[in-house]
Amino acid sequence: MSDWAIAAGGVRKAFGEAVVLDGIDLTVAERTVFALLGPNGAGKTTIVRILSTLIPADAGELRVAGRDVGADPDGVRAAIGVTGQFSAVDDLLTGRENVRLIADLKHFGREAARARVDELLGRFDLLEAADRPASTYSGGMRRRLDLAMTLVDSPPVIFLDEPTTGLDPRSRRTMWEAIRGLVAEGTTIFLTTQYLDEADHLADRIAVLDHGRIVAEGTPAELKRRVPGGHVELEFASATTLRAAADLLEAATADEERLALRVPEDGGVASLRRLLATLEEGGVEVEHISIHRPDLDDVFFAVTGGATEEALASR
Amino acid sequence: MSSLALTLSDSRTMLRRNLRRLERYPSMTVLLIGMPIVFLLLFVYVFGGRLGEGLGAEFAGGHSGRQAYLNYVVPGILLMTLAAAVQGTAIVVAMDMTGGITDRFRTMSIARAAVLGGHVLAALIQVLVSLLIVLALALALGFRPTADPLDWLAATGVLGLFGLGLIWLATALGLAAKSVETASNTPMFLVLLPLLGSGFVPTESMPAGLRQFAEYQPFTPVAETVRGLLTGTHIGSEAILALAWSVAIIVASYSWAIHLYDNRRPN
Repeated sequence: MSDWAIAAGGVRKAFGEAVVLDGIDLTVAERTVFALLGPNGAGKTTIVRILSTLIPADAGELRVAGRDVGADPDGVRAAIGVTGQFSAVDDLLTGRENVRLIADLKHFGREAARARVDELLGRFDLLEAADRPASTYSGGMRRRLDLAMTLVDSPPVIFLDEPTTGLDPRSRRTMWEAIRGLVAEGTTIFLTTQYLDEADHLADRIAVLDHGRIVAEGTPAELKRRVPGGHVELEFASATTLRAAADLLEAATADEERLALRVPEDGGVASLRRLLATLEEGGVEVEHISIHRPDLDDVFFAVTGGATEEALASR
Repeated sequence: MSSLALTLSDSRTMLRRNLRRLERYPSMTVLLIGMPIVFLLLFVYVFGGRLGEGLGAEFAGGHSGRQAYLNYVVPGILLMTLAAAVQGTAIVVAMDMTGGITDRFRTMSIARAAVLGGHVLAALIQVLVSLLIVLALALALGFRPTADPLDWLAATGVLGLFGLGLIWLATALGLAAKSVETASNTPMFLVLLPLLGSGFVPTESMPAGLRQFAEYQPFTPVAETVRGLLTGTHIGSEAILALAWSVAIIVASYSWAIHLYDNRRPN
């Protein structure tokens, strides 16, 4: 087991009657990124809270950084960093004071603490705002400050619970860059997310969590192969052109009402070029083209045979 | 470093953080000191003339009217200062609990004694400063204590020990609160207790029932002890009772707070 940064077997947790985790097995190899993918309420945060020693599991074997979570919680705590879904920063302190607080609690000396704080603030582009109270920070800045606080003593294992939920696309990109930087330094990352593209971008392995069980696990490529959701939608000006196109493309399904054609497709440039070439050779004029990449709903549909509850609710 | 040295170092860090927070959030402290000051002015200038007339010779100390009442009521006002100040403790503890930073501390290898101890030490400093401000105002209004330095030291000790009990109680209430709003409301009953004891009028003047409650609740022996030390009234067994109550509240609230810190999860 020593090569696993995180190893969990048969983990169960119930809150009263509600079973939140129903026998979770997972392993995360050192220096890799593991993404736990699932909708709200699937139990993602609960497993992070258990692995990071915040709450005990009802049953199961848990080892993090080679230490037993139940028997040696302080040993685990010394080896991990946790950035939760809700930024755990002190609003009344400045960004610099927040990072310094953690450096002091990790017993850096005065000089070492000052240097480390500056280094982290610089790395997360917070130097300019360093002396403003954290309460004045934007969502993205708070998340970056939170991560900076987590990284003070470069813990070998880091938990990121929905690190980009609620962030605008630009902050999300910045966060992804930061996470990739950590991976390059050899940190093991346990990430939870609701977004397949996030897991796809960052993770070496993905596990899909649904109702407290892991329903699928694999590399992003393996997982996406099981997902039929990726397609290209072509729209036409008339029913005649729609039918002509449908004759050219065997795998397509036509939607007569919307004059649209749905073609299974992974969205790669080469295959897209082939598709357009086929249409052009057949003399079919396309009005509009849109690419749909598989999302969490598609993964869910594929591995559980049912849509996520949010997707159902929004219909 | 040894584990004791680490705990001390962490406690110092947390104390510094909490004092800095108090400094950044002065409106709360001002509001909480304002309450006993309003009560002091109200009771001395509105009710004090008449209330002073009704005080027995054992409390009047040769004064009469407003001056006698001012001398009588100051210990009650000081207790109200304690009770008001610890509301702030409950609020800041609950802010940490609901804001997620308590969870951050819990995933780090720092002693829980340091996390809670930092709050408690900062609160104790805040309480002592509040007492000093209110006392200075009372002296400016004409409060004339007869205490010698040793009496002052003893009175500080009694108020500090009882204050420590209230601080731990407020810490536990802050940890138990589901929201910051709840945390600011639950310790409110503490502010009423000096009124429902011997803080503002002697318990002899109260109707049966209320009088029994007033005589047996913890604020009364503390008020009597402080009054005796500052103005020379009779203390008797009240000092022992005051210390016993203080220690009991500290022990019970400390255990409750530690239990909550270990087991309660923010929503």
